[in-house]
Amino acid sequence: MEIENVVENVAFKLLKLAVIHLPEDVKQALEKAYTEETSETGKTQLKAILDNIECAEKYQTPICQDTGTIIFYVKAGAEAKHLEKIEGALIKATRRATVEVPLRPNAVNPFTQKNSGDNTGRLIPWINWEIEPTDEIELTVLPKGGGAENTCVMGMLVPGEGIRGVKKFVVDAVMNAGAKPCPPNILGVGIGGGSDIAMKIAKKALLRPLNNENPNPEIAKLEKEILEAVNMTGIGPMGLGGKTTVLSISIDYAYRHPASYPAAVAFNCWAARRATARISADGTVEYLTHRVDEVI
Amino acid sequence: MTDYRFRTPISEEEIRKLRVNDVLYISGTMFTARDQAHRRALEYFKQGKSLPLNLEGLAAFHCGPIVKKTKDMWTIIAAGPTTSTRMEIFEDEFIKNFKVRVIIGKGGMGRRTTEAMASYGAVYGAFTGGAAILAAKAVRNVKSVEWLDLGMPEAMWILEVEEFGPLTIAIDSHGNNLFMNVQRKAEENKKRIYQKLGLSQ
Repeated sequence: MEIENVVENVAFKLLKLAVIHLPEDVKQALEKAYTEETSETGKTQLKAILDNIECAEKYQTPICQDTGTIIFYVKAGAEAKHLEKIEGALIKATRRATVEVPLRPNAVNPFTQKNSGDNTGRLIPWINWEIEPTDEIELTVLPKGGGAENTCVMGMLVPGEGIRGVKKFVVDAVMNAGAKPCPPNILGVGIGGGSDIAMKIAKKALLRPLNNENPNPEIAKLEKEILEAVNMTGIGPMGLGGKTTVLSISIDYAYRHPASYPAAVAFNCWAARRATARISADGTVEYLTHRVDEVI
Repeated sequence: MTDYRFRTPISEEEIRKLRVNDVLYISGTMFTARDQAHRRALEYFKQGKSLPLNLEGLAAFHCGPIVKKTKDMWTIIAAGPTTSTRMEIFEDEFIKNFKVRVIIGKGGMGRRTTEAMASYGAVYGAFTGGAAILAAKAVRNVKSVEWLDLGMPEAMWILEVEEFGPLTIAIDSHGNNLFMNVQRKAEENKKRIYQKLGLSQ
């Protein structure tokens, strides 16, 4: 089969998998939160979330009606053939998934307010490219819901305050977001680089599985410290009160300009959807985030 | 915490019984309305134009559903709530003009809506954000769709529902707002959190 057909099929399956089946690590974190939540209203919300996840799998329908803005991450092997055809294949897959899964049409022209109806439009789906020294193609889809996107923040902090400034920035972001991003949330935090870089790495940090500890022990400690702090707010599931406001924090960083200290917080809702697959040079496909029996 | 089951049209008297933290299930007619539908409905009201249906006693659902059309039949696939705060700029006028009794959404609403709910007799029912299939399961059928030119999410979908819920009453018609209470408590906790992180205010 031609590479563009393989990519299109895999991307279609990834979109379908992502919006119907939450990754195991997210489900486990939500189940743990349900067991540990002490607020009655908070527990009701988590119960509804868990029931809904089960229904999505049973009826093969999207977990949430907001199937997000479609974002792809592509690791393109430098030795892989016909990389120029990937973009077209991803657009085709998005259009097909919109009709067949179905996905909600979520691409709107910001000037005319017209919805394109097929989840595509200028620069959408957004594709992040990375080149790797292989002959494989790794595709990840991150359907990003609007509610949690609306509470993402970027700030140019004071370099003199260092990491203390970041801690305050994240706590304030969670407080200001309140109920809006569908808590319990997953946070990606990007530190350094520049204004765009901080948000880019914050969003990419959302792809890290919740049960994978940060390989840098100092940062792992910082993630834990901020996680405990934001869960003291009492905002709770859906902002109705409780001790589970954030499930996990994932921090990444880049070196910064001496005069700048950019920091960004990317919010993901509890329906933290993502799916990844690797396509080998011979066309074989391996799904990395989901079990084989979930792939239809 | 008391459980209530209401059928539309809901009267002001019934609505006044509800208090924050109560749980409500609705049967009957409700309609979806997001930013654009709110804006258009209020424009119609200003111009003296009538709406596609009488909204009095009904429930407005902040929701942009996924709907599938097979032949002439619309089916709701997924229909969870959207963030209600975006409708804060419209909702007081909306409640006042159309006598809608229940607003369903997620994330809560502000002072203006809370005051309008107290003045005119309406409540805000929080539905679990993202629980789109639980919501869709309570929809018996799509009665009609109006204003589809606004796009699938923004159109006004008129739905026949059975036992739609659980809705946690988060704003009642007596001036109580559960989200604001939680937010106030969070503000009170802030000092403790900053201290734990070794930060000054």
